[in-house]
Amino acid sequence: MAANSIQKKAESLFKSSYYPLISILMALLGGGIIISALGFSPIDAYRALIKGSFGNANAIGETLVKASPLIFTGLSYAIAKRCGIINLGAEGQLYAGALTGTLVGTALTGLPMAIHLPLAIAAGFLGGAIFGMLVGVLKTRFGASELITTIMLNYIAVSFISFCVTGPMKDTAAGSFPQSKQILASARFPHLMEGSRLHAGIFVVILALLFYYFFMWRTTRGYQMRVIGLNSTAGHYAGMNLKTNSILSMFLAGGMAGIGGSMEIMAVQFRLLQDFSSNYGFDGIAVALLGNNSPIGIALSGILFGALRSGSGKMQMLAQVPSAVIYMIQGFIILFVIGREMFNLSKLIKNKKQILNPCNDETVKEAESK
Amino acid sequence: MAFLEMKHVTKRFKSVVANDDVSLSVEKGEVHALLGENGAGKSTLMNILYGMYDQSEGEIYFHGEKVHIKDTKQAIELGIGMVHQHFMLIPALTVIENVILGLKENNMVLDLNSAAEKFKEMAKKYNMEIDPWTRVENLSVGQQQRLEILKALYRNADLLILDEPTAVLTPQEVVGLFDMVRKLTSEGKTVIFISHKLAEIMEICDRCTVLRQGKVATTVAIKDVKNKEDLAILMVGKNVELVTRKKEATVGEEILRVENLCAVNQDKRPVLIDVSFSLLAGEILGICGVDGNGQSEMVKCITGLHKVKSGKYFIKSTDCTNETPKQVLKHKIAHIPEDRHRMGMIKSMNIEENLILMCYDQPPYSKHGILNWKWIDKHSEELCKTYNIKTPSIKEMAGNLSGGNQQKFVVGRELDRDPDLLIAVHPSRGLDIGATKYVQSRIVEERDKGTAVLLVSTELDELLELSDRILVMYGGKVMGIVDQKVATREYLGKLMAGITE
Amino acid sequence: MIDGITSFLASDIRTATPIMIAALGLVFSERAGIVNIGTEGLMLIGALMGVIGSLTTGSVLVGAIVAIAVTMFFSLIFGFFTITVRADQTVVGTAINIFASGLTITLNRVVFGVSTSVPKIDVFDRVAIPVLSKIPVIGEAFFNQSIPVYLAFLAVPAAWFVLQKTNIGLKLRAVGEHPKACDTVGINVLKTRYQAVLFSGFMAGLAGAFVSMGQLSFFTEGMIAGRGFMALAAVVFGNYTPVGVMFAALIFGAGEAMQYRLQAANTGIPYQFLVMLPYLITVVAICMMSRRSNKPAASAVPYSKE
Repeated sequence: MAANSIQKKAESLFKSSYYPLISILMALLGGGIIISALGFSPIDAYRALIKGSFGNANAIGETLVKASPLIFTGLSYAIAKRCGIINLGAEGQLYAGALTGTLVGTALTGLPMAIHLPLAIAAGFLGGAIFGMLVGVLKTRFGASELITTIMLNYIAVSFISFCVTGPMKDTAAGSFPQSKQILASARFPHLMEGSRLHAGIFVVILALLFYYFFMWRTTRGYQMRVIGLNSTAGHYAGMNLKTNSILSMFLAGGMAGIGGSMEIMAVQFRLLQDFSSNYGFDGIAVALLGNNSPIGIALSGILFGALRSGSGKMQMLAQVPSAVIYMIQGFIILFVIGREMFNLSKLIKNKKQILNPCNDETVKEAESK
Repeated sequence: MAFLEMKHVTKRFKSVVANDDVSLSVEKGEVHALLGENGAGKSTLMNILYGMYDQSEGEIYFHGEKVHIKDTKQAIELGIGMVHQHFMLIPALTVIENVILGLKENNMVLDLNSAAEKFKEMAKKYNMEIDPWTRVENLSVGQQQRLEILKALYRNADLLILDEPTAVLTPQEVVGLFDMVRKLTSEGKTVIFISHKLAEIMEICDRCTVLRQGKVATTVAIKDVKNKEDLAILMVGKNVELVTRKKEATVGEEILRVENLCAVNQDKRPVLIDVSFSLLAGEILGICGVDGNGQSEMVKCITGLHKVKSGKYFIKSTDCTNETPKQVLKHKIAHIPEDRHRMGMIKSMNIEENLILMCYDQPPYSKHGILNWKWIDKHSEELCKTYNIKTPSIKEMAGNLSGGNQQKFVVGRELDRDPDLLIAVHPSRGLDIGATKYVQSRIVEERDKGTAVLLVSTELDELLELSDRILVMYGGKVMGIVDQKVATREYLGKLMAGITE
Repeated sequence: MIDGITSFLASDIRTATPIMIAALGLVFSERAGIVNIGTEGLMLIGALMGVIGSLTTGSVLVGAIVAIAVTMFFSLIFGFFTITVRADQTVVGTAINIFASGLTITLNRVVFGVSTSVPKIDVFDRVAIPVLSKIPVIGEAFFNQSIPVYLAFLAVPAAWFVLQKTNIGLKLRAVGEHPKACDTVGINVLKTRYQAVLFSGFMAGLAGAFVSMGQLSFFTEGMIAGRGFMALAAVVFGNYTPVGVMFAALIFGAGEAMQYRLQAANTGIPYQFLVMLPYLITVVAICMMSRRSNKPAASAVPYSKE
């Protein structure tokens, strides 16, 4: 019996990773075709990519550094999606969290790290959470589609941070370049590895992933959100409150992105800069999709996308392939993952006979649905 | 040969035989009724005629020639028009736009004006003034239905199939519809009238073919039918002696009292009219009636899913009118819903996650907001054993189970909550014999334990076997409440068809 | 003061044009039930392709044609995944956006390198309409614009006509409302939706080309800056009608036009708040308009015959 369930687990693991792996392979293939169409060598490009992302300890460290914010924005998209909301606003929520985290990280002097660091992270969470909650409120109160409000708020957040670092938060002592004051030493994540930027924030990432798992699958609130996301009618019939859960899920989703943003400042950049995020928010969507909104999936695909980013620099340097190629590969990955149906092309062509009538006969409906 | 002949038509869906060797003969210019209960096969037969299904066996002859109707477009070209129960009209578009939609003759730039003229003339011929420029959503339901008929006539239909046309009409609108039907036949059109309403069939139809359980019971000329009661017997079958293994009911206190409940649907049409009854602990009250006569709305009102317009209902003497579903559930009500896929379960969650749907926030399922999966695992395994749910594991996705097993776990989940009031809506629908008998025996068990049971069903056999009392609904009203011991199929059939003594 | 109004109007019309062009295309596709979130990416591709075409051939017209052709190709891919494969429209759109971002940056680097000098290309010049452009106040603003602007405003009544008075327009509207009913009268739902998506791709390409060759005169990375999403918002705010999106686009464009005005006027308001203006206006507009009236009943729902 135990062997049976291990075999079952292995089977389901294989099934769930089969499609993503094929999608990645096909995406790399597509990317390779484009690279060679542009006149470069795909082999050289991919070799440099791998070297830059996994070639040595430093490269791996850098990959993990790049993966961290991606995992947070991936979690952001996933948490909202579990409750049926499409959060395209991780980018803006990330900036909001970076802002509040920086405020706490630069302003509060005289605190020991054990207090200052968690406080700053909490501030980062809250900043992103409130920004995300706004989307939920606009949706439940006004019916405003989150697809548009999140994108608009992204631009608003980026502009606002730009205003902050060129104006009230500008570190005038550091010259004319627009940036905030430095994060105080007590709010910086400890360094983990010489030669790379790998930092202790990795542990926060792991904690966030564990929280996601625990919250979604072990708490009643997470259960409610998942039910509503999968079948809101059944949720209503079971007495669940759709509005409260929607707003709460956006609160958490924004908070996740917020932590990611503040961590980027407190562990990597050490100063708040305008445009400090190179599209971490949108890439998070790809991370979540590839990872099928599951904790392990998000972790693995976060590392994959982090690898793409850290390797792209080497790819540009050694093979002269513009690093933006990785975005095309990402686009391919998403298309191939959700185009899962596409692999069943033969089924698509076969299903031509229309059965249009919503047959009111339950026994027939039942037989047809098998 | 008659105008339309369907010969020995059989239609199978996997293992279900919806039409079994059905032969139908319709003369030109007549109004031919297709009578039968839910699931008798009427709609399926007509869908074959209209090109939506292919028959498994049998032939169709139209105007004396054999035809193979492969899709609705071809059916329309042959001159067959169908008005479905759920209208195929587009509410946001105007009347004339709906009428000419998809016509081959349409030019690139639409000539709506001349089409509107042609339409108005045609409408006048049938005494139907509809403004072609108004949006369909602004028409009353009766007008929309007659628009569907006009749409078919505009496409030169000679044979019109009306599927339960009076189901959505007020009595006055029914009069208008019948006038139109008479005018149509006087012009040489032929009408097939699908219905379960005997009085109307007696009034408007020339002949009637009765279907029962997929087969033809008989074909009669209406003038040969002495009274509706005869038709009723034909529709539901002879009174068969049923063996009930049920004990005598030992009733207790009043669990549910419904007083003058009234409700309307989103088109403001009344769906419940002055419904009153009382339900005691330890008895099964069967709610009988053809689908669509208010039963599902009544259940939704009682469970807090539909707004009550006026009237009250009490659960164990507490006024629960218009409470939210969550509040209602607290009164220890269990509800086996009529549409388990939409309301009762989440197909992409596994079985145990479905099993906790109603009580996830109570101990021992969870404490302080954290689910106790260990306990839930064990309890789910027990539930599966107790309720005979066949599944490889409790982690199996609910959507992968057979219909019968899905219903069993919905039933198991609800009964496990030890309710005081159990509402079961079509509990054996779509289930095979084994699963059906199982579910029915559990319901009787509940009643023996002292639970009050409200059983809504379209299956007369089931109601006669299980209920202690039977309440018949027709047109949103309570037609009568009959003690099971004296209830007969004929009597119930009459009430179900709206015939009062 | 009068000069200020004129130049503001002129600026508003120019900034509104790309949003309006893209939104007109979106009206057709959304009415047919397809919400093309990837419009931002499509416009980006149009912007770059237009510049490349114009630089290579020296003709802005050819540039525009190239832009439209390539964009239509990508919108076909979008259509394939959403209509035939029936994948989630939002996700496909987002994939297109990410892909387009990568494609345009990559091509930009490869074709133009990272040099700071901007090559001179043929752009959409202003064409003053004789007589009309001399009208005081509005003449300069309305009748001294480039060709795409005139096309855009002419397209509004044309779009209304096609949508309301032609067979194809009727089919489009029907398919977005009640695809099953359309199937019963023999309309090919999938084909109609493909046509709508291709048209929206056409318009997105033209809109993008206008941004890079009509508003500005070269390609910079990320230059669409959310206009594609504003076009989506314009459709909602304009209640899914051509005239409505025209006014919506003018309002959203006013945000950007005001930004330039206020910056030039040195009011002391930090320019970032001015940059925020169009996006804020969009959010407020969406909130006001979302108790929908014209939203197609089958919007964003993939159709399958089963």
